[in-house]
Amino acid sequence: MIKDEDLNILVAELFEKHGYDFSNYAKASLKRRVNRLMVIDRLPSFAELLYKIKSDASYTVHVVQELTVNVTEMFRDPQLFKTIREQILPGLATHPFIRIWHAGCSTGEEVYSMAIMLEEANLLHKSLLYATDLNPRVIENIKRGFFPLSQMKQYSENYIASGGKKDFSDYYTAKYEWAKFHDRFKEKMVVATHNLVSDRSFNEFQIILCRNVLIYFDKILQDKVLTLFDNSLEKLGFLILGSKENLRFSSIASQYTQLAHKEKIWRKMK
Amino acid sequence: MEKDEITAGAIVVIGGSAGSLEVILEIANNLPLLPTVVIIIVVHRKIDNDSILEELIAHKTKYRVKEVEDKDAIIPGTIYIAPPDYHLLIENKHCFSLDTSEKVHFCRPSIDVTFESVAETFTSRVIGILLSGANIDGAEGLACIKQLGGYTMAQTPESAGIDIMPKQAISRNIVDKIVEPQDISKEIVQLVTTRTSSL
Repeated sequence: MIKDEDLNILVAELFEKHGYDFSNYAKASLKRRVNRLMVIDRLPSFAELLYKIKSDASYTVHVVQELTVNVTEMFRDPQLFKTIREQILPGLATHPFIRIWHAGCSTGEEVYSMAIMLEEANLLHKSLLYATDLNPRVIENIKRGFFPLSQMKQYSENYIASGGKKDFSDYYTAKYEWAKFHDRFKEKMVVATHNLVSDRSFNEFQIILCRNVLIYFDKILQDKVLTLFDNSLEKLGFLILGSKENLRFSSIASQYTQLAHKEKIWRKMK
Repeated sequence: MEKDEITAGAIVVIGGSAGSLEVILEIANNLPLLPTVVIIIVVHRKIDNDSILEELIAHKTKYRVKEVEDKDAIIPGTIYIAPPDYHLLIENKHCFSLDTSEKVHFCRPSIDVTFESVAETFTSRVIGILLSGANIDGAEGLACIKQLGGYTMAQTPESAGIDIMPKQAISRNIVDKIVEPQDISKEIVQLVTTRTSSL
């Protein structure tokens, strides 16, 4: 495993030369990412990695992409999506316009999941889904709407478990090994790079989803990002986190109530 | 025990897959409360039936039982369980962290990932135990525990429901002791008393 000193050198280099600030990322996971990067790029030493970063600017984009975790799926934790479907979306129907922010959404599987649920609730026509991530490359996939066909069986099961009543395969067209989701979904998406560490609030939303992103941050950064979400959420809006993440010990906790004991959904009360 | 010894206790980390549940429950049932010890359990399992493992173990033991959430504190006298669909890491001597990165040996949580992370942070204070399973996950991590000065055990292959996992570790010559399931808790007690006093 790479040494703490080396990690600090790498973090400083990425920040000073490229503006990506990993200094408040959780160390245990970040070290594993660096090790993994060195294995897949066949770099024999840390010095080699550092040399590549210093000498090749385009390589840095790849480094940032590999240091962050881009694992996501459609309707992951179906029970959560069922709760959104049954307890949150009906209440949004009274709004003339619905804005939802998927922060740190990676390749966009959850954005498409939400778009499908909005369509089924007859709300998609008046909704906008903001999909942001710090990696410019991964969000390009959202605009294309292509997902691996091999995943569709699992996603279809998740969809049904989330309370979906339709035939999931009606939402995409199979093209070789890809499932191409219909363009009417992406027409309702605003896709942009946004770095939760350094960028500001840019709008006010009824729902913010940020699942399994905060686990990669230390508590100081978690608190900063939660404050950013608080500033971007309407009163009575919903903040949705990953299944093992919690608002409990943050500075914004007192303004929020948890929707149900088991669900990681909080409502902004003040 | 003196209060200041509490942080110097042993870290017992147990990994299991298919066929390991009964052994884990047996350990939970037999192990007396050692107030300075932290126990971490990583079991391969399906994502659903979320809290059932936690409840089963809590029913058998005097320890506090907790399925780990992000940045939970590491408190002695507690049995921690890796949550399904996350890798469980040790952020520092005082808290855990979680990770949803790629599966390792088709597993998340992976035993290797947690074993390595525990070994890195707690070195010679670690007791690693590998149980029944049909996977090669865990052997590499157990080797890492051994290499960094910890103590390693594997369940006897004959007693294991599926012996691939313990056999894999044993064949690498990194197992200090091969133990029958009913003797594991006795071994832990003995190790904790001798090792803690020598630290």
